[in-house]
Amino acid sequence: MAYEFTKEDLKEIESIKAKYPDVKAATLPALWVAQNRFGHVEPEVQRLVAKTLELPEAHVHGVATFYTQYYKEKKGKYVLDVCTCLSCQLCGGYDIVEHIENRLGIKAGETTEDGMFTLTEVECLGACGYAPMLQVTNDQYVNNLTPEKVDELLEKLKKGEEPEYDQIGMPLRKVK
Amino acid sequence: MSSVDWKNYKPTLIPDIDGLEKIDVYEKNGGYKAFKSVLTENDKWPDEKSVIDEVKAANIRGRGGAGFNAGLKWSFMPPADGKPRYLACNGDESEPGTFKDRKIFEYNPHVFIEGALIAAYAMQVTTIYVYIRGEYLVYVKMMEKAIQDAYDKGYIGKNILGSDYSVDFYVHMGAGAYICGEETSMLESLEGKRGYPRVKPPFPAQKGLWGRPTTINNIETLAHVPSVINNGADWFSSIGAENHPGPFLYGISGHVNRPGVYELPSGVPVLDLIHEVAGGMRNDKKLKAVIPGGSSTPVVRADQLEGITMDSDSLRSVGTMVGTAGMVIMDEDTDMVDMLWRIAHFYHHESCGQCTPCREGTGWLEKVLLKIKNGEGEVKDLDLLLDVTTQMEGRTICALADAAAWPVRHTINRFRDEFEARCKKSVHAVA
Repeated sequence: MAYEFTKEDLKEIESIKAKYPDVKAATLPALWVAQNRFGHVEPEVQRLVAKTLELPEAHVHGVATFYTQYYKEKKGKYVLDVCTCLSCQLCGGYDIVEHIENRLGIKAGETTEDGMFTLTEVECLGACGYAPMLQVTNDQYVNNLTPEKVDELLEKLKKGEEPEYDQIGMPLRKVK
Repeated sequence: MSSVDWKNYKPTLIPDIDGLEKIDVYEKNGGYKAFKSVLTENDKWPDEKSVIDEVKAANIRGRGGAGFNAGLKWSFMPPADGKPRYLACNGDESEPGTFKDRKIFEYNPHVFIEGALIAAYAMQVTTIYVYIRGEYLVYVKMMEKAIQDAYDKGYIGKNILGSDYSVDFYVHMGAGAYICGEETSMLESLEGKRGYPRVKPPFPAQKGLWGRPTTINNIETLAHVPSVINNGADWFSSIGAENHPGPFLYGISGHVNRPGVYELPSGVPVLDLIHEVAGGMRNDKKLKAVIPGGSSTPVVRADQLEGITMDSDSLRSVGTMVGTAGMVIMDEDTDMVDMLWRIAHFYHHESCGQCTPCREGTGWLEKVLLKIKNGEGEVKDLDLLLDVTTQMEGRTICALADAAAWPVRHTINRFRDEFEARCKKSVHAVA
């Protein structure tokens, strides 16, 4: 399939380029525009980004493969990135991975047959105080997970209801 | 040493004010007063240098982990020559245990924007970039809005507040790479490349973004600047610990009842932070160990913590560091072997692969620790691990190798009995 940017995408890429003195700097944001449009940045998409920015394909490929959040292959509709790093490990992050593995019948790193979910084990997401937690498709964080909370999330996602911003109140900003 | 009066401390970075993320509310609470002052009150701030001197005197030690005096860093910028100069604000925040800067993005973005603007003015910077890790998409959007609001109010842009100073301010979103929190790697990433750290010298102040003078500061570091300008260097340096003054955003996670981010003076006793601030240990378990400032800072055993406070001098006395003040609290049930293996896995995953000692070393640390974790290791493997750490430290372009080596060395040294207990009995044992 031939990938093309929409007019809006191209306009966005132009405005991104204006932020930097050098077009190369637009590589990361342009890859984001592409991933938001196509859901991944497979080699064909990387070529499109290179062509659009008039940069070598090898450069764009090098960047796309350096950063973990760019999907170099197609993923499920929802990507569940479960943090298992330090604080999440201490608070049961691996139990959450195992629970989701059992629920979905896949292992971490795999996608369900219906293409609905990809499960990934990821490094620290910077939500250490709200462990264990996961991120849904590079967007919202779901914090303080329990098996019940995970089940609820999976049911909602199956219905296409995406999680909303889970604001964490400041516990005792002033400690007395 | 007199103890720090943290119970009566009033937060300045994330005070309890509803809607402070909105620019109007921020202004109503004294926001942008400091920036206006440095731009327009010539009797108070005759030149840019006077601003740098004040910040230098306050001794804001970098909150990203290195603890370097921010004003001193600013003073390394060469004189302005009319060509582009940059301020790169580091919001990559990826060190395990660290989750503080996001609170500024969320609750008080303008205090950071104002601090960055003052820094930019003091160094005559022409463009500010704030690098935010890609996973913080929510905060990227919040910051974009906050910056736009500041543009609309005339705090950013051309001839700010009628002065002859102009600056632009952009958000640059990362895409998942811990290494991009390393300052020169961040510059590479901003320039649109793989995040490979650069060899220093030249230092960024000489050759940074696109070969031009650049200063890199952590988000929290910059957020302290407005209050220093408003209240003076003496006010700031009188808060908390003498050699590491000012407020800290303590991120407390792990086995405590009330994990979270707390703004308190530096130098609060570690045990107060655990037992009072964070509500004590979960399930009334006993404290076993604390990692004081992100996963790279050496772990401290509970029996070493009596009287230890969160500042560089006190923590040095137990062989560790303040780092990012992202404290990870571990209870008596924590398996130190598993914990250390997970840290080693992290650094192996995040090594950029540029330098051999780090690329290979982090891999071997993880591999050998996995073997021990699985009960397949031998006691001599512990010495092998310690040997590998000495082959890594100080032998690479950036500090990731050190960050990977320290926890391994210190966790093994401080909990050696636990590691030995997991090893197979040596077939060559003679006693």
